[in-house]
Amino acid sequence: MNLNKKYALFLGCVAPARYPGIEAATREVCKTVGLDLVELEGAGCCPAPGVIKSFDQDTWLAIAARNLALAEKQGADILTICNGCYGSLYDAAHILNGDAERLSAVNKILSEVGMEYKGTTQVRHFAELLYKEITPENVKAKTKTPLDIKVAVHYGCHFLKPSKIKELDDPERPRILDEIVEATGATNLDYRDKQMCCGAGGGVRSGNPELATKFTVEKLKSMKSAGAQYIIDVCPFCHLQFDRTQKDVQGYDLPVIHLAQLLGLAFGVPASKLGMDYQEVPAKF
Amino acid sequence: MVKEPNPQFAIEVSQTPGGETLSLCFQCGTCTGSCPSGRLTSYRTRKLIRKAQLGLEKDVLESPDLWMCTTCYACQERCPRGVEIVDIINVLRNKAVKQGVMSGEHIKVGNYLLQNGATVPLNEKYEAVREELGLSRRPANVLGDKKALEDFQKILKATGFDKLLEEKK
Repeated sequence: MNLNKKYALFLGCVAPARYPGIEAATREVCKTVGLDLVELEGAGCCPAPGVIKSFDQDTWLAIAARNLALAEKQGADILTICNGCYGSLYDAAHILNGDAERLSAVNKILSEVGMEYKGTTQVRHFAELLYKEITPENVKAKTKTPLDIKVAVHYGCHFLKPSKIKELDDPERPRILDEIVEATGATNLDYRDKQMCCGAGGGVRSGNPELATKFTVEKLKSMKSAGAQYIIDVCPFCHLQFDRTQKDVQGYDLPVIHLAQLLGLAFGVPASKLGMDYQEVPAKF
Repeated sequence: MVKEPNPQFAIEVSQTPGGETLSLCFQCGTCTGSCPSGRLTSYRTRKLIRKAQLGLEKDVLESPDLWMCTTCYACQERCPRGVEIVDIINVLRNKAVKQGVMSGEHIKVGNYLLQNGATVPLNEKYEAVREELGLSRRPANVLGDKKALEDFQKILKATGFDKLLEEKK
C-alpha cells in the first residue's frame, strides 16, 4: 500500500454544492482505510473538461495549473472523487509535467497571483487509488456485512479515457470498478451499453438538455431491464444526471450510489452519514 | 449545403494543441458508428471531421452539430488512425466561441465560473445539508474562501476569459 504519500482531497463543484453526501462518505471511507487526507485549501473549479475546455483551452489549462500548484506547495498529490475533475486535472498534469514550453506559458499567467507550478503533482482518482493501493481483497476484508443488493456499475467517460494517457484498464471491457463493487458482496449485473456516457458531459446537459436526457433514459432502460436496484458511479456529475433526470422521467426508481457511499455502507458507516436520502431518488438503507 | 472553403482553416486547426491529428482521418466512419450522440440524433462525427479537413469553416463553426459531443471519447478510443477526435472538437469549439458562436446557456455556465469559481454555485439549501452531514457549511475551496476566489478571477482575466463572455452579451 502506497499510503505514505500525502493526498489533498479535491472536492470539485458538484459534490460539495449538490451531493455533499459523496464528500462526507469519502472522508469516512478514507478514515476507515487509513488514508490521511489534507484539504486542498483555496482550490477552484477543476475546470470542467467538457464545458470550460470547449470554451477556451488556455483558460482551462491555467485554472487547472493553479489547482496543481496548490497541491504541489503542500507536497501532496491530488485525490479526486469525480471523473470530470480527474479528466481535467490528470490531462492538465499530463500536458504540463512533460512540456516545458506550455508550462512556462502557464506560469506567466500564474505569476499574476504570485504562484508557480513546477510540474510535479500527480493526480489520482478515488476509485483507482482504492483499486491499486487498498485492493479489492482489503475491501472484502473490511466489509462488515456483505451488501445484499443488485447493482449496475457505470464507469462514466473521463475515468478511464483517453486510455492512451490514463492506462488504467481496458476502456471497452473494464474490470477495476466491478472488482471493487463485487468485493462488497453486491450482485454486479451486466447490462447493455454499460460503457455508454450518461449524457451530461461536454456542455450537453447545459446546452442541449433534451439530448442529455435521451442518453440517460437509454442507460436507465438497460439497467432496469437487467434487474438493477441501484446505480453505482464514481462521478458526481453522472450522479447528478442520473438522479435529476429521474425527477422528470418517472418509472425507473433507480437510486444512484457513489462508490464512496457504497463502501461506507459496506464498512459499517451509518447510512445517515452518507447523505443518500437527500437525493431526488433517495437510496434508503 | 456547400459554402466557400477557407484553405487556411485546416492548417490553423492542425497547428493548435489538440488539433495536430486532423489530417490523419481517412473517413472510415468508425467514429460515427461509435458515437452515442449520433445514435440519438443526426449528428455525424465523420462528416464534421471531413468538413474541417476541407476548410468548410462556417459550416463547421456555425453548426449545432459541433455541440452534440459529450466528450465521451468512444470515437477517439476506436479510431484506427489515432485521430484525437475529441481534442479536435475542442479546438473547433474554441474557434467557434472566439467568433462569437456560443449558446445563452453556455454563457451562463461561463459566468458562473467567473462569479463563483465553480460551475455550480453553493446555496443555503445545500449549506444546511452539509451541516447536517457534519461538514463545514462552506468548504475550504473557492466556495468558502474569498481570497482564493479573487485569485481565481484574476487568472480568468489574465487569460481573457471575462472578455470572451462579455463580447457575447
